[in-house]
Amino acid sequence: MADREKDPLADLTTFDRGRHTLLDRFQNLVHAQPAAIPLLVLVLAIAAFGLLLGGKFFSAFALTLILQQVMIVGIVAVAQTLVILTAGIDLSVGAIMVFSSVVMGHCTFRYGIPAEVAVAIGLATGAFCGAVSGMLVSLLRLPPFIVTLGMWQIVLASNFLYSSNETIRSQDLAEHAPILQFFGESFRIGGAVFTYGVIAMVLLAAFIHFVLNKTAWGRHVYAVGDDPVAAQLAGINTRGVLISVYTVAGLICAIAGWALIGRLGSVSPTAGQFTNIESITAVVIGGTSLFGGRGSVLGSVFGALIVGVFSLGLRMLGTDPQWTYLMIGALIIIAVGFDQWARRIAG
Amino acid sequence: MKLGIAALFSAVAFAPLNAQAADISACLITKTDTNPFYVAMKNGAMQKAEELGVELKSYAGRIDGDSESQVSAIEACIADGVNGIMLTPSDTRGIVPTVKKAQDAGILVLALDTPLDPIDAADGTFATDNFAAGEAIGKWAKASLGDEAANAKIGLLNGLVSQSSVGVLRNQGFLTGFGIDLEDPNKWGDEEDSRIVGNDVSQGSEQGGRTGMENLLQIDPMINVVYAINEPAAAGAYEALKALGREGDVMVVAVDGGCPGVKNVKDGVINATAQQYPLRMASHGVEAIVEWAKNGTKPQKTEGKDFFDTGVNLVTEEPVDGLESINSEEAAGICWG
Repeated sequence: MADREKDPLADLTTFDRGRHTLLDRFQNLVHAQPAAIPLLVLVLAIAAFGLLLGGKFFSAFALTLILQQVMIVGIVAVAQTLVILTAGIDLSVGAIMVFSSVVMGHCTFRYGIPAEVAVAIGLATGAFCGAVSGMLVSLLRLPPFIVTLGMWQIVLASNFLYSSNETIRSQDLAEHAPILQFFGESFRIGGAVFTYGVIAMVLLAAFIHFVLNKTAWGRHVYAVGDDPVAAQLAGINTRGVLISVYTVAGLICAIAGWALIGRLGSVSPTAGQFTNIESITAVVIGGTSLFGGRGSVLGSVFGALIVGVFSLGLRMLGTDPQWTYLMIGALIIIAVGFDQWARRIAG
Repeated sequence: MKLGIAALFSAVAFAPLNAQAADISACLITKTDTNPFYVAMKNGAMQKAEELGVELKSYAGRIDGDSESQVSAIEACIADGVNGIMLTPSDTRGIVPTVKKAQDAGILVLALDTPLDPIDAADGTFATDNFAAGEAIGKWAKASLGDEAANAKIGLLNGLVSQSSVGVLRNQGFLTGFGIDLEDPNKWGDEEDSRIVGNDVSQGSEQGGRTGMENLLQIDPMINVVYAINEPAAAGAYEALKALGREGDVMVVAVDGGCPGVKNVKDGVINATAQQYPLRMASHGVEAIVEWAKNGTKPQKTEGKDFFDTGVNLVTEEPVDGLESINSEEAAGICWG
């Protein structure tokens, strides 16, 4: 075996290539822990705005406010991450979210169904929309981009047709169906203000993170995204995994819809128009690969928080909101660059 | 992001509304067909068209700001050989060349709600005087505060970053009514008055209103006067205030007069709003197109203005001396009529 040390081909058969420069270690870290970089960026961004703005920004109140502001996108980004991990993309997330919230509201107020049941119907609606996408993607083998592009339109149109563009006002909800506003309720710890929606986002992200990393289903999701053919050969039911991923994503979007009612107070069919783009932004900045198989839901939540920190920070500095979009655009491109660079270690 | 979505969906919503053969035909092109304001406008146009036997087709952009769809819609109307087009322009300047094409084809083009830039690029404009609407709530706010107006801390929730003309007029009207000096009258956000805490945008929605208000409260939590471009934004702002427990001691004013907004005036969510009448804009528009088709006459303007003013009413439960207003009950009877 001593000869093997000199054999140049041997390097290719080992995982440790023996390169240990600082840059290599960094590349290894980025590859192994996709959430590490967004976390670092998040901490740096908070520190930078804290230095620039002082106590106004770097206070428990302001920092928890950012959590409240990204709560919706954060929850949807968890759903989006699941889909993107399978090398798919879901353009219908925002539409499913707002439609689910509208179903919850209108079931309660139009048909007089108890609000608890209406919530369950709304959640089922979201899961159903996701399941249809999942079946089209897995059984008919249609590209996810196209399927969800269509689903986006269908669900959004259903949303407007079903709701007749009617907003249900906050006061009516508070009086007759307070459970719909559940995720908007808040509690204080010192200066920090947490809404139940924020807690839901954190718990959901932690739960899905656990499921992805510690259960067979979770590992299958990664495997299917990394190489569907290999996954199938390894005995994974790739179709079942895909359908379940889209269904769970739809369900999570419906939960986001419920949380959306809490945040807005009202049920508004015009909400959430850009949530699909915002969720994809959070996922990409959060270090999940658009090519599937690599990434983490925690990263996506960090990604959403980075956008939130920049949005609030730049607004408090008094800059034109367009600067926020410019920064986010730059972050997206940098994040994808990192992903490509990190992938080379695997290549 | 908006542009991307607009490009993906430049297809226009299209619906023939009146199948019967008619001598006179018209098009209605709104910014979206989801915003209740434009839904009311469409209903008004449909009613009037049916009454006068006009064949009406309606088109809309996919989202507010989707000018491409509106351009395609005008082209479709030209191809259709209609007598008149009623347009609520998303891009007030950019669509003017396409409007010119329609006029060259002998079509009467009327702007509804949002004037073109320049305003005389349309053959007639039926709109709310948005500056007057803003001025009414500004005067009301000042009068209600009395001496405290001098120490007011004002947060302004505008519509879009793009500074659309309607948003600018309402904002500048409000500031003028409140007695604040303007810098550039064609731009919001450049005023120097120390009573202004800050400006933010809301997209005219509950979601945007809530986030925008939170941002303003971060700048100064003691804001006590909130101007919102419309009632959904005001409702969102109210949620943000409620989260801080400040909903009772902040004055919120808006412009629009939609039915849910009027209910919010009744419930004290909004202290005053200025009501406008989209249905009236559309029915006047249809009448003007019939006149044009029959006699070749163009619509009149309101005296002293360069458009036909469809009127504004101040709606509040707390009237002040010297300012005409109606209460929420009266307003509910004519909301977006």
